[in-house]
Amino acid sequence: MSSGVDVNLENIWIKFGDFVAVREANVNINGGDFFSFLGPSGCGKTTILRAVSGFLNPSEGRVLIGGKDMAGLGPNKRPTALIFQNLALFPLMKVWENITFSMEVSGASAGERRKRADELLDMIALPGQGDKLPSELSGGQKQRVAIARALCAQPDVLLLDEPLSALDLKLRQHMRTELREIQQRVGITFIYITHDQGEALTMSDSVAVMRAGIIDQIGDGHAVYDTPATPFVASFVGENNVFRGKISAINGDEATIATNRSGELLSKITPAAVGKLNVGDDAMMFVRPEVLKMQEGDAKTTISAKVLNEEFEGNSYSIYLEGEGGKQIKMAMPNLGNDPHKAKGDMVSFSYDASNAVVMPAGDLASE
Amino acid sequence: MKSNILFGRIALGVYFIIFFGYLIGPLVVMGFTAFNSAAFPSITPWQCFTYEWFSELFQDERILNGIKNSFIIGFGTVILSVSIGLAASLVLTQVWAKWRSTYYTIIIAPILIPGVVLGISTLVFWRQVSDMLGGVPLLNNGIFLTIIGQSTFIASYCMLVFVARLQRFDAGLTEAALDLGATHTQAFRKILLPFMRPAIASAAVLAFLASFENYNTTTFTFGSYPTLTIELSQMVRYGINPSISALAVIIVTITVFGALTLEVLRRRSKVKAGDIKPSKGLPSWLFGNVATILLVALSFGLIAMVTTAQSYSPQQCKANYKEARQLENQIKIDALQAARAAAIAAAAANGETTEESGTDEPATQGGATGAFGGVFAPTNLEGAAGQNSGEDNGAAAPASPFGGVFDPTNLEGAAGQNSGETAPAAPASPFGGVFDPTNLEGASGTGGN
Repeated sequence: MSSGVDVNLENIWIKFGDFVAVREANVNINGGDFFSFLGPSGCGKTTILRAVSGFLNPSEGRVLIGGKDMAGLGPNKRPTALIFQNLALFPLMKVWENITFSMEVSGASAGERRKRADELLDMIALPGQGDKLPSELSGGQKQRVAIARALCAQPDVLLLDEPLSALDLKLRQHMRTELREIQQRVGITFIYITHDQGEALTMSDSVAVMRAGIIDQIGDGHAVYDTPATPFVASFVGENNVFRGKISAINGDEATIATNRSGELLSKITPAAVGKLNVGDDAMMFVRPEVLKMQEGDAKTTISAKVLNEEFEGNSYSIYLEGEGGKQIKMAMPNLGNDPHKAKGDMVSFSYDASNAVVMPAGDLASE
Repeated sequence: MKSNILFGRIALGVYFIIFFGYLIGPLVVMGFTAFNSAAFPSITPWQCFTYEWFSELFQDERILNGIKNSFIIGFGTVILSVSIGLAASLVLTQVWAKWRSTYYTIIIAPILIPGVVLGISTLVFWRQVSDMLGGVPLLNNGIFLTIIGQSTFIASYCMLVFVARLQRFDAGLTEAALDLGATHTQAFRKILLPFMRPAIASAAVLAFLASFENYNTTTFTFGSYPTLTIELSQMVRYGINPSISALAVIIVTITVFGALTLEVLRRRSKVKAGDIKPSKGLPSWLFGNVATILLVALSFGLIAMVTTAQSYSPQQCKANYKEARQLENQIKIDALQAARAAAIAAAAANGETTEESGTDEPATQGGATGAFGGVFAPTNLEGAAGQNSGEDNGAAAPASPFGGVFDPTNLEGAAGQNSGETAPAAPASPFGGVFDPTNLEGASGTGGN
């Protein structure tokens, strides 16, 4: 197997007429990484992937694969292989012919192809299924055939365009693990497109979160989840409670925000915004449901609210609260066997650790 | 309620019978005429079962030549139309999104233009081109012009077939092929073309049939290569014989055979794929379906037909039929003569002598003219006898004063047209209607007055 190579996107702009699909994308992907583009549909992530695979040319900027400029090279000349959203298995070819299509077009003999197909079928745990037609396979099997077909081309970079979106939940979770295993085994660079933050976080070494053609943040799962760079990232990746207000004081990497309805609250300034916030700026503070604790703390990290509803989810509880002025707050607690049951309408006080909250300049939230 | 349903069913049944009668009836009737020995395609005076029209067909140089030309032009048209149609459909569905509807209108226009106009314009255009190039024989060649002329609109039909199929094509498959390292040519050849194969097959069949049956465009362009339709239409002017029915039977049989074979193969693959279950109680080698049984029955029928055709001869039947007709005619003639004799007797009794009465003694009144237009003049009769001798029944003309006019074989020859000749149709021949017994009856009526 070929080892992974770096993929660099330098100042990529992609325009369709007046519409700017991708704006100033700068991405450096390390060889052998599992890299994900995460974003809602229509954010331009598939467009970037097509620019990398060679199906369209960026209006500006360069795509470098293994340090080589790919400008002017068609998809059949690039060391990439793409796994399509609908898999695009050739319906009239048998599974083994599908898998070894890349060898067929380069003139390999049927014997060689058969042999290689059998190896790959063993690898994807479908031994002896080579003579079936794709239509005779189940969804997960097709998925694996598509992966084998792409790997058979021995690409330096494997591009995956939401390949799991058509599968049911159970299979999707299974395939996540499997994809990650395959990636580690073959060691090549994977670029993965998804709108499912769970997929992105579980599989990726690095995630780029995209919004309307703009890459908001690039980082590993922790960075994206714990220290979101923008309100969009904070609200798109995972669940978050948002408090709007104005900055009333700044102290190093901590800020006090005068929220509209919940009083003054203390929070860490997210790393990307350090030095960019001034007293009096519109700001947003985010606190994840799971960092809220059902106990009183400092005045500046304690909120009072009324219990609206409680949902039991097996391993955890979700408690929906209504604060001052109808402010909706969600709180998640692990099920540790000592159910701290609250009746509807109970007034509770809860707190958080200021280092677990982030504040940043106000901006657009992900519409959900 | 129950009677309503029953009535509905009966009505539906009647409707189906009428509908299928309307569709298939003409073919069935034509099929039977191919096996009747009557010289004009008909089934109602059923004479004798015969295969002679088939041998007649295969001895007719013009029809054979027409079939040959039709096939050559048909294959040429298939190749040209399918290529043009495929290219046009690819352009329509894959490029030029902006000009799609304009392009579609242009490419579909030949279907709406009358074939006659296409024929004339093809002829004129290529003559011009040929003249401009200083006379290129190929451009004035009938086969070339006909293929070009027919393809102008048949290519549009093909394009429609291809567009329908292409709309179901996932362009992602081509992208996948390119992504896996295929060149554009390889992607076309290995992905798109196999996908289009069923459409190409049906477009080819469609193009061939459209070419084979085309008349109105071809009539301007065929030059010295008349196709089957042109030959047939020219023959109809001089009268047709059942060898055309024989040709129709052959074409229908081939069509049905082809359709059944296709159906058998289709069902067989379906049974194999497990989509349908074989019908119960049928042997497995038939793949358990009705189409196979029909196909096998048809094959046996054809084999039986070809075998009996080797040994079967309708001569005895024909002779019997001829004899019966002779007898019938003799009886009519006798009755006629009796009636005429009675009329003469009556006239003589009234003391009237008319010029017309002379017709009763044609031997003595040489150049009689009048109501009978000299048909009974001996010279005429000799002519009739002469013509008669040229026919295959070869009845010798008696040198009697009546010159054989009343010879039953003659009448038979004229009325029944059992001769093998093809060119001049009997009804148009100078003697045709005159010898019809009913004519004579009418004449004798006038004579009697």
